[in-house]
Amino acid sequence: MDLSMLWYLVPSVIMFAAGVYGFVTRKNMIALLISLELMLNSADLNFVVFNRYLFPDMMEGMVFTLFAIAIAAAETAVAIAIIVNIYRAVGNTDINSVKKMKY
Amino acid sequence: MDYSQFGAMLPELIILGLFLVVFLFDTFSGDGSKRFLTPLTTVLFGLATIAIWILPSCDMEVFSGMYVNDSACKAMKAILNVGVFIVFLQSAKWVESDEVAIRKGEFYELLLVTLFGMYLMISARHFLLFIIGLESASLPLAALVAFNKKHYESHEAAAKYILTAVFSSAILLMGLSFVYAFSGGSLYFDDIRQNVIAGEYSGLLIAAIAFMIAGIGFKLSLVPFHLWTADVYQGAPTAITSYLSVISKGAAAFAFFVIFVQAFGPLFDHMWEWMMYAVIIATITVGNLFAIRQKNMKRFMAFSSISQAGYIMLGVMAGGIGLASMMFYIFVYIVSNLGAFAVISSIENNSGKLLMDDYDGLHKTNPWLSFAMTLAMFSLAGIPPFAGFFSKILIFTAVTSTGSMALYMLVLIALINTIISLYYYLLVVKAIWIKPGDAKIDSFKSACGEKIALWICVAGIIFAGIVPCIYEYCVNAVIG
Repeated sequence: MDLSMLWYLVPSVIMFAAGVYGFVTRKNMIALLISLELMLNSADLNFVVFNRYLFPDMMEGMVFTLFAIAIAAAETAVAIAIIVNIYRAVGNTDINSVKKMKY
Repeated sequence: MDYSQFGAMLPELIILGLFLVVFLFDTFSGDGSKRFLTPLTTVLFGLATIAIWILPSCDMEVFSGMYVNDSACKAMKAILNVGVFIVFLQSAKWVESDEVAIRKGEFYELLLVTLFGMYLMISARHFLLFIIGLESASLPLAALVAFNKKHYESHEAAAKYILTAVFSSAILLMGLSFVYAFSGGSLYFDDIRQNVIAGEYSGLLIAAIAFMIAGIGFKLSLVPFHLWTADVYQGAPTAITSYLSVISKGAAAFAFFVIFVQAFGPLFDHMWEWMMYAVIIATITVGNLFAIRQKNMKRFMAFSSISQAGYIMLGVMAGGIGLASMMFYIFVYIVSNLGAFAVISSIENNSGKLLMDDYDGLHKTNPWLSFAMTLAMFSLAGIPPFAGFFSKILIFTAVTSTGSMALYMLVLIALINTIISLYYYLLVVKAIWIKPGDAKIDSFKSACGEKIALWICVAGIIFAGIVPCIYEYCVNAVIG
């Protein structure tokens, strides 16, 4: 079957939009992290698809994706560590419990 | 592969070597010799700073053009190094305090790694290297923001920082993937420049540019993306706040300039001139208006640094001479802002007070600190004999030299905002010198490092404007 580029790009944009929606509406910090992963992965998907369809004889997009995945993993690790700290300090990971500093 | 290419990366190698020395010393030294860590790091870093200032720049492109170390990059690294050196000096006392002393090695290691990432950001001419530099500059900073383990505010600030940082880097990556679709399969800045001329201006490219401005604008805390700034600056340890407000901002501003002028330069007139126009006006104005109502000094400095970021970004609108005046502005901003932060952190270390009302009558008990704070505020506001006036006038003339009417209007708005900023900077001066009543902060002696840091800052504030050599250094570095 011959799939056009759109079959990949539309799911990627939907993923990105779902990530933004989740980031804005979720109250649990772990859920925020999951939303962020969705956004990062949709960007990676874009890179791979553009590389495969537009520049099939080059590799730059694929290589970039590998690095981006590694960076996303590092980001998640640091974020999880900070969330664990928050959990120790206030006893839950609800985003509403970290609003001491405002305005 | 030709390993001699690494020779061109000398500034990075120096920082990496310093990191290894600190790391090994921290790991293997006994309890008795741990107390030498802070002086050792500070002295070695001072030597590295001098080395980077006097090293000849080699105009070489290595790794097939991914990495460039030309004179402008070298000058920017040297300017940042001065700032980091001042941060090391002023944080020495905090680092030796009981709560932090056991982890002081980590503090220096993480700080050096972020500096290494910023060097990569400045020198990158390929988006892969730029992203790696950006992330290695921002992730360790999140750990540093959370450094005050016993203070709840530090954790809250770190959570806000890391979540918004990852969000913005996801947006940056998404924009970059759109750019990749236009780039002809290569992410070198020069290749993108050639291919976006050839391509037509589509909605996708506009979205890509807007996403990239949002992603990097987060690092610079430009206004629609600034909401993290005040909270993170307030919660972070004061040493990290001063680092965040000058060093990471300066590096991001330089990288922003390189990306937008080198990779997207041909699109200036059609696309991002107007985006930046709106963003700069919003940044300067909103930063100023919110700074007026702040009571906490760190939050106050956060909003002041937002509006200063707007002035720094004026340089982007003016091309080559804009880069030179932007670098000079960053240098002056580093000495003035770090001067203010040296006073704030020394007062916080000695009395634990952070509110502006606590500064009432400070001149009765601590005249020298009051004097330094006053100079720093005058310089940030841009009052004539001090460096801040010259940096503002140089960046304004650089922008108006392009001759376009719209940019004249932009400078006019920036000028009006300078007058607004005068009001809130002088609020601090008024609290220190004029407000009646007894001083709320007892007389104390600053630590040796803080004194040296303050002297460097005061010397910079007084002489950087009057003595033209630093501006000439920037101009020579950019124009050659």
